[in-house]
Amino acid sequence: MEGAVAYESDLNLKATELRLGLPGSNESEKQTLLSVKSNKRASPEMAEECRSKSNSSISDAGNDGREAAPAAKAQVVGWPPIRSYRKNSFQTRKKDEETTGIYVKVSMDGAPYLRKIDIKVYKGYPELLKALEEMFKFTIGKYSEREGYNGSEYEPTYEDKDGDWMLVGDVPWDMFMSSCKRMRIMKGSEARGLGCTV
Amino acid sequence: MSEDDERATDLSGGGIVSSNRTRCCGGSVASDCPSQFPDQVLENVLENVLLFLTSRRERNTVSLVCKSWYRLEKQTRSELFIGNCYAVSPRRAIERFQKILSLVLKGKPRFADFNLVPLNWGAHFTPWVTAMAEAYPWLEKVYLKRMSVTDEDLALLAQSFPGFKELVLVCCDGFGTSGLALVASKCRQLRVLDLIDDDVMDDEVDWISCFPETGTCLESLIFDCVECPVNFDALEQLVARSSSLRKLRLNRHVSIGQLHRLMVQAPQLTHLGTGSFSSAGDPAQGDQELDLISDFAASKSLICLSGFRDILLDYLPAIHPVCANLTSLNFSYASINAEQLKPVICHCHKLQTFWVLDSVCDEGLQAVAATCKDLRELRVFPMNPSEDSDSPVSEVGLLAISEGCRQLRSILYFCQQMTNAAVVAMSKNCPDLVVFRLCIMGRHLPDHLTGQPMDEGFGAIVMNCNKLTRLAVSGLLTDKAFSYIGKYGKLVRTLSVAFAGDGDMGLRYVLEGCPKLQKLEIRDSPFGDSALFSGLHHYYKMRFLWMSSCQLSRSGCKEIAQRMPRLVVEVIRDRVEEEMDDAVEKLYMYPSLEGPRDDAPKFVTIL
Repeated sequence: MEGAVAYESDLNLKATELRLGLPGSNESEKQTLLSVKSNKRASPEMAEECRSKSNSSISDAGNDGREAAPAAKAQVVGWPPIRSYRKNSFQTRKKDEETTGIYVKVSMDGAPYLRKIDIKVYKGYPELLKALEEMFKFTIGKYSEREGYNGSEYEPTYEDKDGDWMLVGDVPWDMFMSSCKRMRIMKGSEARGLGCTV
Repeated sequence: MSEDDERATDLSGGGIVSSNRTRCCGGSVASDCPSQFPDQVLENVLENVLLFLTSRRERNTVSLVCKSWYRLEKQTRSELFIGNCYAVSPRRAIERFQKILSLVLKGKPRFADFNLVPLNWGAHFTPWVTAMAEAYPWLEKVYLKRMSVTDEDLALLAQSFPGFKELVLVCCDGFGTSGLALVASKCRQLRVLDLIDDDVMDDEVDWISCFPETGTCLESLIFDCVECPVNFDALEQLVARSSSLRKLRLNRHVSIGQLHRLMVQAPQLTHLGTGSFSSAGDPAQGDQELDLISDFAASKSLICLSGFRDILLDYLPAIHPVCANLTSLNFSYASINAEQLKPVICHCHKLQTFWVLDSVCDEGLQAVAATCKDLRELRVFPMNPSEDSDSPVSEVGLLAISEGCRQLRSILYFCQQMTNAAVVAMSKNCPDLVVFRLCIMGRHLPDHLTGQPMDEGFGAIVMNCNKLTRLAVSGLLTDKAFSYIGKYGKLVRTLSVAFAGDGDMGLRYVLEGCPKLQKLEIRDSPFGDSALFSGLHHYYKMRFLWMSSCQLSRSGCKEIAQRMPRLVVEVIRDRVEEEMDDAVEKLYMYPSLEGPRDDAPKFVTIL
C-alpha cells in the first residue's frame, strides 16, 4: 500500500516538474541539432523496422509503429513544419508570464538607426558580438583584458546600472546581463579611452 | 494570394528558349505570309490586344510566336513575376522589359520558414531595388516573398518611385520600423502596406505617425505580424483620415477597447484583424462594458475577420452580427474549444476560408462541416506543435469535413493520427481538391487503425483529385505512395516530402512521372544520387529542388552540376567550420540564366 502511494507521488513530481521547453522534449536544442545527424542515418532503418513489424501482426502494428520510431523522439529542427512566428505566438504568452527577455537598445556611431535586442537569447559574449557584427555590418577586433578590442576601430560599450560606461567583456557574462542598460558601439579614439581605465 | 493560381512558366522559362525558331509572320519581309494590311497596323492591333493580356503564362506563350510578337509582348508587359530571384539578374530583366509597373519577387526556399536555411543565405532585395530605381521610375507595386529587405532598401524604394502605390512583404526580414517610417512618410500615393508574417525589428520608431497628415490614399494596412507596440492615438487619427481604408489588420498590442474606438471610425471595413481581442495591458479599459456588438452590427461590409491573439472569450459573441456575411474567418491564434466555436460557426453559412486551431477538436470540425457548405479552404493548426503531444483532431474530423464540405479546394491539416480510410473518403467526397497537405506530426506513423503505411490514402488523393496541383505527404510511406504520385499526379506542381520512402525508386517515380513538377522539397528521406540522376531531363523546367538530410554525395551533385551547365547546384552547410566530407547535408538547386551567384555566403558551396 505504502509502496503504491510512493509510486504515485513520484509520478506527480515528474508531472509538475518545471522545465523550459516544449512538452515532450527531453533534450536541449543544441543536443537536438547534433542528434539530427544521427537520426538521419537511423531513420531509413527505423522505417524498415516499422514496416517489418507491421507486416507481421496487424493487431500490434499500431503500437509497434510508435515504439519502433526513434525512442528519444527528440525535437527535430523544423518539424513539425510550423513557422517560428506561429510557434512563438503561443510561447510568448507563456513567456510573458514566466520569463521576460532583457531588451536593450543598441546604437552605433555613424549609423542612423538604433536596434533593440534581447540579450537573454545569447549564451555569452562571442554570440552577442557575432550578432552585433551581423546586425550592423562591421567587424569587432579581438578582445583582451589589458588592451580592449584590437584590430578594428569599433569597440562595443555598455552603460551599467550605475550609469557608468564600460567596455563589453570586462565583467562576467551573468553580471553583464543583469547590469547592462543599453549599448553603444563606439568608433575611434573615444573608445580607446575606455579601455584604459585601470 | 494563392500560390496555386500561379502559372507554370515564369520568366526564365521564357528567356532560355530562343525566339528565332518560328517563322516570322509580322516582320518586314512579308513574302511568306502575304497580308492585306500593312505590318504597322497589325502591330498596333496586337499591341492593343496585348494590353489586356495579364496572365503571365499566356504572355510567355505569345512571346514565343515570333520575333515581332516577342518584341511587342515585352513592350506591353506591365507585371514582372520572378519566382526565384536567382534565376535571372535585375539587369537582364530590365533589358527585356522596359515598362514594368509591378514586381513580384520570391527568394528563399520555403523550408527557410522552418529554420532549415541558415541566416544570411541570400535573397537580397538590394540589387533589385537599386537597378529598378533607375530603370522603372514609374513603378507602382512591389510584392516580395521570403526576401531579405533592409531599411536602406526601403529608403531607396520610398525616394525613387513617386507614384508608388502598393507594398506587400510576406515572410521577409532584415528591416525594422525605421524602414516602415520612411515608406509611410515618402510614398504619398501609398494605397497598400501589407506586412504578412514578417520579422520586423523594433527600432522604437513611431512609424504610424509618419503617414501624410492631410488624409491618405490608404486602402489596406496590415501589420498583425509587427511585434512592437504602435502609437495608438496616431493610429486612431490615421484611420479617421483614411476614408478609402477597407482592410485593417491590427497587431496584438491593440487592445479590445482600442479596437472599439477604431471600429467606430471605420465601419466601412471589409477586412478586419482584431488585434489582441483582450483588455490585457490597457489601463483605460477597466471594467467598462464594451458595446462591441454594435460595432460589429455597424460593419455591414465586413467579410474577412482575423486576429483574436489573446482572445477574451466573453467578447466572442460580439462578432455574431457579421458571421452570416463572412467569407473568411481566421481563428488560428485563438485557443477556443468546440463549445465556444459552435455558437459562432453555426451562423457562418457563407464561409469559404476557415483557419483554426486543433483546440476545437473533431467535434468543432463536425460543427464546421454541418454549416459551412461552401467551404473552399480549411487550415487546422496544432496548438501544441510537437511530435509527442496529444492531438485533439484526427481522422474523425477529416472525415466529417469531407462529408460536409464537398466544395473543398484546399486543405492543410495537422494531426497526430490518421487512417487511410478517411483520406480515401476525402479523395472521393472532395474531387475538386487542388491543394492537399496532410501533416501527421509523429514521424513514420502508420494508419493507426490498420497499422498499414499511408500509401493508399495518398494514392487515392492523386487518383481521384484530378485537379491537384499541390501535395504534402506525411506518415509512414513506402515507395508505393510515390509510384502512385508518379502515375496519377500529372498536374502536381508542388510536392513536399518528409521522412518518407524506402529508397531511390521513390524519388525516381516522381521525377519520371510528374511532368508539371516545379517545386520539390524533400527532407530526411532515403533518396540518393542515382535518384537525382533520374531527373536530369526535367530540372530545367523546375523552379527549384531542395533536398536535406537525404543520402546525397558531393561527387554525385558535382556530376549533376557538370552535366547541367544552366543549373546552379548549392551545397549548404549549417556551420562554416563543418568538415567538407562527401555527404551532402543540404542541396538546393535551380535553373538560372546567370550562373553561380556572387553573393553566396561562406557556408554555401556552388558546385
